[in-house]
Amino acid sequence: MSQVEKAKPKIRGEVIVDRERCKGCYFCVEFCPTDVLAMSEDFNLKGYHFPEIIAADRCTGCGLCGAYCPDFAIFGHRI
Amino acid sequence: MSTQAPPAPTCEVHNPTEQWLRMDRIPHIWCPGCGIGSSVNCFTDALEKSKIPRDNVSIVSGIGCTGRTAGYLKLDSFHTTHGRPIAFATGLKLANPKLKVVVYSGDGDLFAIGGNHFIHAARRNMDMTVICVNNMTYGMTGGQVTPTTPLTAKATTSPYGNFEEPFNLPYLAESCGAVYVARWTSFHVRQLSKSIREALLKPGFTFIEVVAPCPTLYARRNRLGAGIDAMKYYREQSEIKNGAPTRDVALGFQSKIICGKFVDTSRPTWLEAQVQQHRAVLGDKFTLAENWEGVGEPRED
Ligand SMILES: Cc1ncc(C[n+]2csc(CCOP(=O)(O)OP(=O)(O)O)c2C)c(N)n1
Ligand code: SF4
Ligand code: SF4
Ligand code: SF4
Ligand SMILES: [Mg+2]
Repeated sequence: MSQVEKAKPKIRGEVIVDRERCKGCYFCVEFCPTDVLAMSEDFNLKGYHFPEIIAADRCTGCGLCGAYCPDFAIFGHRI
Repeated sequence: MSTQAPPAPTCEVHNPTEQWLRMDRIPHIWCPGCGIGSSVNCFTDALEKSKIPRDNVSIVSGIGCTGRTAGYLKLDSFHTTHGRPIAFATGLKLANPKLKVVVYSGDGDLFAIGGNHFIHAARRNMDMTVICVNNMTYGMTGGQVTPTTPLTAKATTSPYGNFEEPFNLPYLAESCGAVYVARWTSFHVRQLSKSIREALLKPGFTFIEVVAPCPTLYARRNRLGAGIDAMKYYREQSEIKNGAPTRDVALGFQSKIICGKFVDTSRPTWLEAQVQQHRAVLGDKFTLAENWEGVGEPRED
């Protein structure tokens, strides 16, 4: 029997991006404590880059991205 | 220009700020990376946590980019004339002392044209919470010098650098008699929200300064980069010193930013003082105005 036990981390949070409302300020990407987000190379209809979710499983639902977002375009919550 | 309508939201959970906004007015006019929106998130979070019933809250703004806030919030909102939100707020409070009255406005509005209202409302301990988004410039009109523009900073009206000594807002507020004084930057979202909640729940004149970026005018003219660069500067150059003497917290150009709760004290509000004085002098002849019940009763804080 193996002496090693391994648990898959439970997914704790969910982050939701409304890319058309985003103005590409970067705040959410910079201040997410667990680096869930990265700026997309793509543009939204207004011509701004928007955040992409690159590691959904790392989201803790802390809500910081939403607290920073000046455009109410992103938020995270616990699940 | 032809643009498709943005896709309708398909998600059943909503941004927690949305329930406090007039969504028919969103997207707002604020520039990319402007700090006003972040402060609004903190305000609505604080309001929710304060448990003050929504119908009892009234929000008053003057004119400016920050002054748009009242119009975006789904509360009893007053978008007043430039410099006068504190005067309007005073009237609201006296006409209906049960209201929680909040003034949300810019540094130019509150401390240049509106400076006289600020000092007297603080002196009288008029029961209201004043939130000032200090971007150190007149944002809406193109980036002129305000009473908080730091020395040497460039502005439309100071192309060779500002030479006027700015106000140190927490010091000003405390000297005039505010019972609660705090300063945060728009980077300090959790602390800011907590301070706003404390201020909302405290009787008397409570004041919070929010240092926030204006990337379009202040930062561009001073070659300070985008909103995110200001936010990184706040993260790196802020020092939290709760209880610091306010005379020591003046801001310089790209200086250290002392943040924290500086003042938290108590004295009778203007309404309480008036009732107490008149009751003492007039005795039985004194009658309370119709909707002033409870004013002047002892309180716990
Ligand atoms: C009586 C009057 N004078 C001048 C103006 C022009 N004006 C509009 S907004 C503004 C300054 C706003 O600056 P601030 O309060 O710092 O707000 P910000 O735009 O920076 O958020 C001025 C001078 C006006 N609307 N009314
Ligand atoms: S904070 Fe908001 S506006 Fe800024 S990049 Fe993120 S989603 Fe876009
Ligand atoms: S909720 Fe927290 S962990 Fe999740 S994306 Fe937002 S900031 Fe990152
Ligand atoms: S001009 Fe400055 S203060 Fe006004 S919305 Fe733009 S960034 Fe914000
Ligand atoms: Mg301003």
